[in-house]
Parts: sequence; C-alpha cells; structure tokens
Amino acid sequence: MRELIVARVRPKGGQTVLSQYAFVGIFAIIAFALPIIGLAMSWLIRPKKPNRAKNATYECGMETIGDTWVQFKAQYYLFALIFVVFDVEAIFIFPWAIAYNKLGLYALVEMVLFVVILFGGLLYAWKKKALEWH
Amino acid sequence: MDYIRNFFVNLAQSWTTWISTGLPPWAVDVVNYLIVGVILVMMPVIATLTLTWMERKVIGRIQNRIGPNRVGPWGIFQAIADAVKMLIKEDIVPDNADKPVFNLAPILIFVGAALLWAVIPFGRNMVGQDLSIGALYVIAIGSITTVAVLMAGWASNNKYALLGAFRVVAQLLSYEIPMVLSMATVVLVVGTMKMGGIVEAQIVPFVLVLPLAFIVYLLAATAETGRAPFDLLEADSEIVAGYFIEYSGLKFGWFYIAEYGNLLAVSAIATTLFLGGWRGPFVSAVPALGPFYFVIKTVVVIFILMWIRGTWPRFRIDQMLGFAWKVLVPASLANLLWVATAQMIPAPTPVKWFLMLIGNVAIIFVALTLLGQAAKRHAAKHGLAGA
Repeated sequence: MRELIVARVRPKGGQTVLSQYAFVGIFAIIAFALPIIGLAMSWLIRPKKPNRAKNATYECGMETIGDTWVQFKAQYYLFALIFVVFDVEAIFIFPWAIAYNKLGLYALVEMVLFVVILFGGLLYAWKKKALEWH
Repeated sequence: MDYIRNFFVNLAQSWTTWISTGLPPWAVDVVNYLIVGVILVMMPVIATLTLTWMERKVIGRIQNRIGPNRVGPWGIFQAIADAVKMLIKEDIVPDNADKPVFNLAPILIFVGAALLWAVIPFGRNMVGQDLSIGALYVIAIGSITTVAVLMAGWASNNKYALLGAFRVVAQLLSYEIPMVLSMATVVLVVGTMKMGGIVEAQIVPFVLVLPLAFIVYLLAATAETGRAPFDLLEADSEIVAGYFIEYSGLKFGWFYIAEYGNLLAVSAIATTLFLGGWRGPFVSAVPALGPFYFVIKTVVVIFILMWIRGTWPRFRIDQMLGFAWKVLVPASLANLLWVATAQMIPAPTPVKWFLMLIGNVAIIFVALTLLGQAAKRHAAKHGLAGA
C-alpha cells in the first residue's frame, strides 16, 4: 500500500497504472489553467495603451537592422549532435540500472563495452575540436 | 495523539472517508486529484513569494548590503508588492513577434516547472503520485523548459532574445547529460526509479555514498535552472535579459515564477535523491515530522545555491560547455562504471557502499588534479593565472 497517496486511501485494492497517470493528466490540466487564469485576470485590470515606439523590438534604443531569423552558428548544432548520442545512451542506461541486480555479470561487461565505445566517440569529438569554440 | 503522529496522512484518510459517503469511487479519486493538483500547482508560486525574499536577503548580506527592508517587517512583503505590480503592469507584445508562440511560451514554461511536483515525496505516502518511472519523469518534464525557452527566444524576434535562446539550447542540452548520469547512478544503487523507493532505500543519505554524483547533480542543476555562475542565458550585461527580454507584466512574471519554481524543484529533487528526503531522527515513530525534515534539507540546498550565486563570477560559454563535456561527463561515466562494479561484488551492502564512497572520492581527486594541471598548462601558454 506504499504507493497510495496522501489524499487518496482506498480501503482495498491497489492503484492501476491508468489511475496513476489520470492524476498526471488532471495535474497537467490544472497547471495549464493557472497561468491562463492569471493572464486573463491581468488582462482585465491592466492598462492597454500600445503605440509604435513601445511595440518596437527592444535593442537599447537603436533601430533594428536586418532580419532576426538568420542562419546561426553551426557550433550549437555540433553540441546538439553529441547530445543526441548521449541522450539515447541515457534512455538505455535507466532500464539497465533497474534490471541490473537480476542480470548478473553479463550486464556489467555489456555496459562497460557500451560506455567505452561511447567514450571513444566523445574522445573523437574532443580530438576533432568539436568541443572547442571557434 | 496517534492522530497527530501521522497527522497529514490521517487527515487525508478522514477526508476520504468523509467524502466517500454517497460518491462513487472514481468521483472520490477525481475530487482528491483536483485538491492535490491545486495544492501542488501552487508550489512554484509559493517558491517565488518566499525564495525571492530569501535570495535578496542572502545575496544582500553576501554583498555587504541589507537587502529589502521597507515593505513589512524585514521586508517580507516585498515579493507580494512585486506580484501586485506584475499583475497590473501593461503587457507589451512587439509588433514583429510571432504572437501565438510568444503568448504560449510563458504558459508552457510554468507547466514545466509545476509538473515536476507530481512525483516529489514530502513524506512517507505524501506524494502527488509515486510513479514507477519517477526519476525518468523528472528528466522528461525538465526538457519542457528547454522547449519553452527556445519558443520565447525565437518568437520575440529580437536578436538578443535569439542569442539567449541559442545559448539555452547548448547549455541545457550539455548539462542534461551529467544530470541524467548522476541520477542513473542513484537508480542503479537502489534498483527503482520510484522517488518514494529511493528515499526508503537511503539508510545512509546517498551524499555520503555517492558524493561525486551529488556534486555533479548540484552543478548540473545550477546550470539547468540557469542560475549564476551558469546564467549565460540571461547574462544581463551581455544580452540584456536573454530570451525574455521582450516580455513584460505577468507574462514576464510566469518566467520569473518558473525560474524560482525550478530552483525549489531541483533542490527538492537533490534532497530526495541524495540527502535522504523526509528521513530524519524519530521519523518512523512520528511520520508527521517527515515534511519538516524535507523542507529544512531543501532550504539548506537552496541556501548553498544562493551562496554559489553570490560568490562566483559568470563563466564564458566555451568554458561552460567545455566543463560539461570534458569534466562532468567523463567523471560521471567513470563513476557509473565504478558503482556498477561495486554493486556486482558479492558482499553485504555496507561494504559495497563503502567501496562506492572510496571510488567517488578517488574520481573527485583525479578530476581535480587533471583540472589543476590543465589550468597550469593554460597559464604557461597564455601567461594568465587560472582561466
């Protein structure tokens, strides 16, 4: 009965997975509702006096030159690529960590190999100076 | 007396018994979920009202000032005055902005900060819902923040905002990896992702078993919440305020609330994973003490984060990303492998945990030595100290 929550203790029977996620669903709806209610309240009481200068893009008083949405530095893209590799690894590590005590020595050897290969990738990126800022 | 001992759970039980008369079970569930949901969704707001005051006082003392002291005794109503101001301030939407995305971003960032509270255990049986994938849920919800921040930066159609958003993506992505790896280390030791189960397993707080994982988590959490010294996404002196430069009024307020909500949430998660959560003296006899221990530990973690903010200068972006990939990731990978090896040894748990502690300390020592050598090489090459 450990997983029973504070505000919900039923005399018999456990909770289904569906019921657990029903809470997350209801919670998400409330979490969306609160800022919307807040913004609506603020919309009712705040002043609305827009003008062109006020609605201009803020750039410390200078006129904006050129388009904002331009091609950006590829360096950020490299980090994103390395991240994807490691994030997929993380997804693999969690189930491995849960089942670890049941899997025996095989799990350890397998994870060592996996991490060594990944670490090789990181070293390669390091040597290729993908982690430096150009 | 027995009622007081486990006050919160008993209160909930009485309430459920009272409401169950005449209602079908599913309706009881829905009513209770709504109540718990409303309480938990207020956590980021409560965090903002209390932590902004605490932060100003703490940073003020560190910088030899006294902080807010006008509104109410010791300035404790300062945060409420700020909240009223935000509520009645004019809301400016720039003409060039991508309006639907611009308006959605503050809502989404709050959702990301609020949803974390669903799995954080305040005491035994006192948790929104102890999901079986608790730790993974925390990581998944954490990435909503990244998306919302990128949305805000992109939709503002402002160069500073866009620069801020790029930095966010690079920073949050880079520091997510060491954070995930340090959480995976804890999951490996416990064998469950349930937050409640992780607390139950901590006969000794894991900070004394896995100090390296704790330090890595704390650093990564500081970066994930975008706080100094990793506050490059806001960097007031470089890109003015980063991704929320164009926001004003309550839309800015939701970003602010989400920031402090995240600060409280990562501290609460650090408490849960590494400091024993609600465990403490006499807690098994008097479970109602659990939430108090939990809050005290969380406030201590927050104080450490504020102390760090008040003490360190901001890093450059290349130093910061380099630190994540060249120091934190290798160290936490090595830690994960060592902990897995120690876990495999057929020995009683205290022996295993002692071995993990030795390995952790050794890795910290090696990492610090290598860092020191790298700093010396850098100084010899460029004729500068440190950097």
